[in-house]
Amino acid sequence: MVTVLLPGPLRGEAGGASRLSVTAAGTLRAVLDEMAVAHPRLARRIRDERGELRRYVNVFVDGEDCRHSGGLATPVSDGAEVQVLPSVAGG
Amino acid sequence: MATLLAIGTAKGLFLATSTDDRRSWEITGPHFPMTGVYAVAIDTRRPTPRLLAGMTSSHFGPSVATSDDLGASWDEPDQAPVAFPADTGVSLGRVWQLTPAGPDEPDVVWAGTEPSALFKSTDGGRSFELVRSLWDHPHRPQWEAGFGGQAVHTVLPHPRDRARLLVAMSTGGVYRSEDAGASWTPGNTGIRAYFMPDEWPEFGQCVHKVARDAGNPERLYAQNHHGVYRSDDDGRTWSSIADGLPSDFGFPMVAHPGRAGTVWTFPLVADGERFPTDHRCRVFRSADAGGKWEPLSVGLPEGPFYPAVLRDAMCADDASPGGVYFGTRSGSVFASRDEGDSWSTVAAHLPDVLCVCAAEV
Repeated sequence: MVTVLLPGPLRGEAGGASRLSVTAAGTLRAVLDEMAVAHPRLARRIRDERGELRRYVNVFVDGEDCRHSGGLATPVSDGAEVQVLPSVAGG
Repeated sequence: MATLLAIGTAKGLFLATSTDDRRSWEITGPHFPMTGVYAVAIDTRRPTPRLLAGMTSSHFGPSVATSDDLGASWDEPDQAPVAFPADTGVSLGRVWQLTPAGPDEPDVVWAGTEPSALFKSTDGGRSFELVRSLWDHPHRPQWEAGFGGQAVHTVLPHPRDRARLLVAMSTGGVYRSEDAGASWTPGNTGIRAYFMPDEWPEFGQCVHKVARDAGNPERLYAQNHHGVYRSDDDGRTWSSIADGLPSDFGFPMVAHPGRAGTVWTFPLVADGERFPTDHRCRVFRSADAGGKWEPLSVGLPEGPFYPAVLRDAMCADDASPGGVYFGTRSGSVFASRDEGDSWSTVAAHLPDVLCVCAAEV
């Protein structure tokens, strides 16, 4: 089981939940794919239609920014914590 | 009967409603806060008017939402309403234009997007499909991005002939279809592209906005990146109507929805000096299809005025006499209930106004 932590602006897309439990593990891509099944609108806020992470969304796996650890191929083990955070951007 | 004025801004959608023939306005919003609302439409072909909004979050991407209760509630599908198919290898930047088709196709809505593409909905704007014929056009690799991004920003169905459709993009110019979008031909003859080595190319122009004449749908008006033009042959060829204007630069071009020959625009000094001409807040109107132009400023700010008006930040309503509206990059919105003769302030201090759309509802 993997825990996905959601930022405030995205909780409305998950019924108000601040955290989701996802059964998939292996890679970050697998976790996000699994999450997309139950929460497709949440999923497309995080990734575009190519499956790429949106530019100003950061995802941390056990505290490590996935962009520095393999991107969507970042290993996610059972019990891991995946945190989605909007980056500091905007005017 | 009320008048609804939808105001898309850089940080959300505001809805202004008037129930006293456009004398006063009640404003709600921001709807979709912290999103740029580049496209909005009020689809009055349905028994209940449908609002459509194209919004883009800088963090969470673009989407399209609809409302069937005049903005009291909004609905956004689970699946992305506008998305590029996987084989294109690109993703949607934003929706720049939402245009209901003619009255004989009440469920068809067109969307113009960045990157430059056209999408078609056959379910009233709930879901859209890429129009492959334009996406696969051999010219597409040569379409360039302007400062605002590379986008199809104008979609003009023909009101009496569903087979005919016109789009405009920056850059790329005007493209026309006479077979319901199955094939596309550039329609830029006579439009100058001063920024290219060949100033009269077949395509590549930076057309800012095109409007179709209500009384004569073969007649079109274009505000270009320098140049104001009219076409009398459904966009095949163009001739200048800029002589009576203080400048041929600007972004919006709005045609009267019910009377032939009347158009409004908001000139800026030049490409390199994007301020209103003479630093005054003035709309220019022609009542003879661009032969003569007159400045309109009664009720508008009198002092020095610097904000620009973007391509979709001016519109007309369908009331009589016609209402005209525009919003500025400084967040002011002005309305006229007498076709531009006089103006009043609808709102001030909003975020940058990106688009406006008005209709009787």
